[in-house]
Amino acid sequence: MSLIHIAWRNFCHRALSSFLTTFSLALGVGLVVLVLSIYGVISEAFTRNASVGYNLVVGPKGSPLQLTLNSVFYLSQPIENLPYTEYMEFLPKDERASMVSRFGGDPKLAERDGKYAPYIAGGFAIPLALGDYFGEFRVVGTTPEFFTKLKHGPNVDEDFTFSQGRAFSNFSPENSYFEAVLGARVAKEMNVAVGEKFYPTHGDPSGQGHEQGFTIVGILDPTGTPNDRAAFVNLEGFYLMDGHAKPIERDPEEDVLDEAVDAEASNEEPPVTESESDSPTAAAPESTQNNGIRLVQTEASVSDSDPVTNEDPGSDKEHRPLSIPEREVTSILIRNGNIMFAPGMQNAINEGIRAQAAAPIGEINKLMNLIVGPLLTALLAITGITCAVAAVGILVSIYNSMNDRRRDIAIMRALGARRTTVTSIIIFESFQVALIGTIAGWLLAHTAIVLYSGKIEDQTGVQVGFFTTSNYEILVLPLVLGLALIAALLPAWAAYRTDVGSNLSA
Amino acid sequence: MTALVNIKDLKKSFTQPEGGKLLVLDISEFQIAKGEQVAMIGQSGGGKTTLLHLIAGLLSPDQGSIQIDGIETNGLSEEGRDRFRAETIGYVFQTFNLLPAFTAIENVRLGMAFGSGKHQHARAGDLLTRVGLKDRFNYRPGQLSVGQQQRVAIARSLAGRPKLLLADEPTANVDPSSADSVLELIRDTCREEDVSLLTVTHDMQIAARFDRIEKLDEINQVDHTTAAS
Ligand SMILES: Nc1ncnc2c1ncn2[C@@H]1O[C@H](COP(=O)(O)OP(=O)(O)OP(=O)(O)O)[C@@H](O)[C@H]1O
Ligand SMILES: [Mg+2]
Repeated sequence: MSLIHIAWRNFCHRALSSFLTTFSLALGVGLVVLVLSIYGVISEAFTRNASVGYNLVVGPKGSPLQLTLNSVFYLSQPIENLPYTEYMEFLPKDERASMVSRFGGDPKLAERDGKYAPYIAGGFAIPLALGDYFGEFRVVGTTPEFFTKLKHGPNVDEDFTFSQGRAFSNFSPENSYFEAVLGARVAKEMNVAVGEKFYPTHGDPSGQGHEQGFTIVGILDPTGTPNDRAAFVNLEGFYLMDGHAKPIERDPEEDVLDEAVDAEASNEEPPVTESESDSPTAAAPESTQNNGIRLVQTEASVSDSDPVTNEDPGSDKEHRPLSIPEREVTSILIRNGNIMFAPGMQNAINEGIRAQAAAPIGEINKLMNLIVGPLLTALLAITGITCAVAAVGILVSIYNSMNDRRRDIAIMRALGARRTTVTSIIIFESFQVALIGTIAGWLLAHTAIVLYSGKIEDQTGVQVGFFTTSNYEILVLPLVLGLALIAALLPAWAAYRTDVGSNLSA
Repeated sequence: MTALVNIKDLKKSFTQPEGGKLLVLDISEFQIAKGEQVAMIGQSGGGKTTLLHLIAGLLSPDQGSIQIDGIETNGLSEEGRDRFRAETIGYVFQTFNLLPAFTAIENVRLGMAFGSGKHQHARAGDLLTRVGLKDRFNYRPGQLSVGQQQRVAIARSLAGRPKLLLADEPTANVDPSSADSVLELIRDTCREEDVSLLTVTHDMQIAARFDRIEKLDEINQVDHTTAAS
């Protein structure tokens, strides 16, 4: 009969006491594992997008954290917007010129490279426009580049793949402005498929519905990132929805600000004023009032945008892209072709009046370190104490049984067991409680996690399975075994010292 | 015949609860030969259990020598004595001392668990069968009658193939007819396995079956009639 077998018999003999001790330990371990898992899920949810595929987010001045939450996680309240020209500052001259000619706007914009274009150096700048919802999910207006240039995955080398359909394309006779691509979660939750249409609601999930529908042309494979929870629409289509054009009349105060901004933006250039945008070269806007929303069409867009517009079937016939002054972006995702340029660019942007550039990873880490980290550390400390209490429970339970055991120990000694042998049996018993308690606690915690995995994935985009373990979980068992060893020391010492002669009832 | 147990000038005293020493044993010479079966009788409180504990190495003498199978047990380290006990001595306790958490067969196996010899699982079953508990292997002590417990204790004491079996009133708790058969069981088994036997008993009828009967009060120089009072 092995010592472990003997220890197990003792464990079973005091079944109720053993069970309660083990159970309380299991609860403690379960709590610790749960907290570790939550910790893991949260940090994973946050840092998953350390592999976002871009290194800076540019948005209007304000909280960089909120900008990150908005643009990276599609969380938090919508923020202010930036003028489209701010986005154009990231583009080279030829692209700017093409925009001016396609959309209409100040021709001076076409005459120079964007202020920040040199910093991009082979990277990209992708605009995002936020504000609408599809059910609970954010509608993200962006360009097709989003799907071709952004990568994801642990090594940031995975392209977006589609479970159905394709990415939306630039406007063409075949592709309307109103194409949409859904994240995996959105498609599943909203129960829609490629070919169907959805109608975004304005402002918040319960907001007023737009009349303009978007045709779903693709559904993304799950990525485990917030992109699973977004409904992507063509930026051009986004602009053409009711209420999405920025009214061009501005109050004088705003003009002053604009002048200041523009003057600051490029000293050698005269500030863009309303009179200028009204000039013929700026394609004198032909304004129409429509449900209180001003639709502006420019000559430029009529003549230059797409010659095929007139043959275009369906609703697109009535639509012209918005002119540059009417356009706004919520944020711009930047990847510097050479990461060395990122800090310089970030400084240059932050020195401006309107925009800020935030490094999402930095913001995520700040948030983790400032709030989430200490909170979880406190939680962990509390659960750790719970474990220690459970370990004291082992001590008390074994020590209390030492009175009954004294005779057992004396008998075993009389049968030839050494002091070290009976001591080992006590320690094994404590280990047994620790092992069973740890396994039970782990199972308990992971069962709970699996039961709530749907909710967790909904809330965080992180997928958890039964065997999803956090980094520190592996330490729980040695830690508990260590506690069990400490708890066993006192009873083990008592066992070691048990006198045979006086404890044998004969 | 060489002596298996050889005791010389043995003295043992206990510290009394109210302080002071109480001399319990003072034996100048006592021997048991290999294969010999000895019955020991003596008054209650006379020190019989104490003597068995001393021989088994569960107690240390104040002075004197106890040699078993040529080995001075008093000279062994505690660990050495434990191992020696596991391999050389079987003990049937006055109160059986079965472990309540273990089944009958497990209790018997415990009898050979701590020695260095191979754990012969079959032997535990054989012994239990020999003491008539073939159908009680998996009963716990609490589920066995007193007589059955006693037989488990006997089987356990023989499990480790001891050279010397010490039996402390092994028949005190059973009715006279059972006592008879229990005693015969012990004696037969000891004879078969060439085990020396020292049995303590109060029962003169039982003692009368033995070739050699020792009165402790005669060997022991401590006079308990006065010491006890
Ligand atoms: N651990 C001890 N501490 C103090 N005195 C003890 C101890 N063990 C035994 N004694 C004393 O030693 C004496 C002999 O005890 P022992 O148990 O050897 O008697 P016994 O002959 O076996 O008696 P019985 O026939 O009743 O079992 C008793 O007077 C007892 O009080
Ligand atoms: Mg006695």
